[in-house]
Amino acid sequence: MTDAIASFGAGRRPVSIHTDDAAKARLKGRYRAETWFKWLGAAAVALAGLFLVLLLSTIVTQAIPALRQNYLTLPIDLSAAKVDAAKLDAVNYDAIAQEALTAKFPDVTSRQDKRLLRGLISTGTGVFLRKDIAADPGMLGGTVDYAVPLDDFADLYLKGLLADVGSDEAISTSVTPSQSSGDIDLTFGDDAMLALARGHGATEGENGMLTLTSGASSLLVAFNGGTVKLTALSPGANGTAVAKGTVIEALDSTAPAASGQAFLRVIDTPEASRKISDKVIVWLDTLKSAGLIESRFNSIFFFTGASREPELAGIWGAVVGSFLTMIVTLAIAFPIGVSAAIYLEEFAPKNRLTTIIEVNINNLAAVPSIVFGLLGLAVFLNFFGLPRSAPVVGGMVLALMTLPIIIIASRASLRAVPPSIREAALGIGASKVQTVFHHVLPLAMPGIMTGTILGMAHALGETAPLLMIGMVAFIVDIPGGFTDPATILPVQIFMWADFPEAGFQQKTSAAILILLVFLVIMNAIAVILRRRFERRW
Amino acid sequence: MKKFLLTASAAALALATSAGYAAARDQIQIVGSSTVFPFTTAVAEKLGQSGQIKTPVVESTGTGGGMKLFCQGVGENTADFTNASRAIKDSELKTCKANGVTPVEIKVGFDGIVLANSKAGTVVDLTKEQVFKALAKNVAVDGKVVANPYKNWSDVDALLPATKIEVLGPPPTSGTRDAFVELVMDAACQEEVKAANEKGCGEIREDGAFVEAGENDNLIVQKLEANPNAFGIFGFSFLDQNADKLQGHKVDGVEPTFENIASGKYGVSRSLYIYAKKEHVGVIPGMQEFIAEYTSEGAWGPEGYLADKGLIPLPDAERATWAENAKALKGMGS
Repeated sequence: MTDAIASFGAGRRPVSIHTDDAAKARLKGRYRAETWFKWLGAAAVALAGLFLVLLLSTIVTQAIPALRQNYLTLPIDLSAAKVDAAKLDAVNYDAIAQEALTAKFPDVTSRQDKRLLRGLISTGTGVFLRKDIAADPGMLGGTVDYAVPLDDFADLYLKGLLADVGSDEAISTSVTPSQSSGDIDLTFGDDAMLALARGHGATEGENGMLTLTSGASSLLVAFNGGTVKLTALSPGANGTAVAKGTVIEALDSTAPAASGQAFLRVIDTPEASRKISDKVIVWLDTLKSAGLIESRFNSIFFFTGASREPELAGIWGAVVGSFLTMIVTLAIAFPIGVSAAIYLEEFAPKNRLTTIIEVNINNLAAVPSIVFGLLGLAVFLNFFGLPRSAPVVGGMVLALMTLPIIIIASRASLRAVPPSIREAALGIGASKVQTVFHHVLPLAMPGIMTGTILGMAHALGETAPLLMIGMVAFIVDIPGGFTDPATILPVQIFMWADFPEAGFQQKTSAAILILLVFLVIMNAIAVILRRRFERRW
Repeated sequence: MKKFLLTASAAALALATSAGYAAARDQIQIVGSSTVFPFTTAVAEKLGQSGQIKTPVVESTGTGGGMKLFCQGVGENTADFTNASRAIKDSELKTCKANGVTPVEIKVGFDGIVLANSKAGTVVDLTKEQVFKALAKNVAVDGKVVANPYKNWSDVDALLPATKIEVLGPPPTSGTRDAFVELVMDAACQEEVKAANEKGCGEIREDGAFVEAGENDNLIVQKLEANPNAFGIFGFSFLDQNADKLQGHKVDGVEPTFENIASGKYGVSRSLYIYAKKEHVGVIPGMQEFIAEYTSEGAWGPEGYLADKGLIPLPDAERATWAENAKALKGMGS
């Protein structure tokens, strides 16, 4: 006790529960908790941002190749001998285009190789040609240079997505061929080639024989205007190397190529594990170096309907289908939703019945969307007998799904209009209906619109309810009306993701990108409406 | 605003009712198996391109779902064709008949079911018995039926690699699963398991070694790429299209190649069918054109475009018979 007094006397500040050491520790702890929370929050946001960036960047990088398509320009013979101007529909345009292509490679004679060569151009070539001739009959009567889309594998190869192809490297020794076509022997001036083949997965045999099977990288030697694919190598006399090879493109002559005159190209991906053969690669490179292949903006993707061929598949059918479906959804959900909201908010008596209705509307907003699809199947298709796969049914189902969202948003914005507005209108003699439609509704409109647009955006991204009513289908023709079979954007994405062809991977990403753009635009409109017209009291 | 609301709802109503009185359908509707879907869509597109008829609409509903829609009855609101990755069942045919539907059966080709893994994984040579032991829910050990105890492939057979058994496959709703169970699990079933439970052969283990990967075969392909130790079970067309990433494994010593499946050497293959509704021929335009296109050599022949899509053609003689039956619209059970 005396100690305490003494210490007071020494001029120390009085110790209270707010300033003693325990309190300081508590304070420190509180600050620490706050800092922790701040950091955790920031980390959560950063993580979410990281995932978003990751997601978007994967989609965008995957989608970019789909925005362009490679075209091959061929001299197409449309003279009267080939095309009968009176019977344009009966002409086999595919055959004419394929003839123009095979004429570029007179060396290709075997049936199988010809088939491979014909596969370079898209199977839709004939259809494009027929359409273009119908639009411009002036093309007829002579030979025209016409750009045809390349097949999906050729296209993917040119985009660098199918095989790792090294650049041409000059061979620093002489190369002597035994023949200019067929299976030939090549003699290299030194044995550097042997080590190179070993490094690329060649199989060792007897007497230093190295075999390049289809499981090894492909070694192609280009000289004298032709290309030879090496199949086996063995050491020759005087430190030379002898290779066996198959000529893919005929050589001009059997003259030896001097050091630096021949070029080696290594395709690292073995032929067995890629969807494009060495021959096709050589052909494509020849066409490319001749300046016949051109990469263009992929208008097919944006302006045509679905297809089973990746190079012919387009998104336009799905965009039109989405648009038609959304029109029906809006035409049904908006008037009914707003009317219901006005009635419930402004006119309905507050009793047990309206409370039950209110609770159920809120519950409806949480019902899984597939349930609406089942309802659509049972009621619209089976009971009313409406057509399958039609936007009108899809729109009705989605309208049912968006209704509760619109009602809830509309009621909230009607409620936000201050009672003074209603009282003033009533006060100067307006009827109840006049009050609502002349004064309350216009003020609530921006909020209602925002809710509606968000509800529509939600509906635009739905697939599940449409599964049941047949809109998840392969539909090629672009829908022309509300009862034509149609599909919508998310369904198109879902279906492309399921197709086995590699070319559809890029298309899927590109379609996702387009859907995202639509959603961003719709959300932006909602934000702008809110910013510009919303009034606060 | 009031006017707007009124006109909008009137328009919506008019729309809804007018749809009920739509003009007669002029476009073929096809439903059914997701395995046959890629081939039927190719034929549909080809036919649409030729400009003869409007491009048929093809839905992928699964074989069972397709049969249900197909056999529902005759009329504009029912499907004209159904795809099937197995032959129609007696019960389904009965329903069809009861509803006045006469199906015309057309066998269009074969599909192999393959066991594959990533190119980065090991190559194995399996027998059906080994696959059964690795995947069955109950197996016989020393004459007693027990819950599958095998964790690694090497537990099944010492010659197999010592990696964990991890197989991605289709769910029970899939026709591929039905066929896999029938061709592998039932075929290689152990006597003890069969004796203990008549349906025990088809039961696949649920302890995590077999993962149901959904109907999306592309998803299986992507998962296999990411995990070299996992195996996948799917249709040959996916192996064919992803030959750069995946390798198929021998089953009973036969490699799953186009030639082996076509010749019937590869044991795990099944037949694919389409069924046409005889009553709709002449009513819905294009029915006969569609059948003719599907059964043309340019489509289902060995050099046809369906072969490029992974369909394995029937032998020449069989193709000729089916094409003839299809042309004559030979209905089933009549």
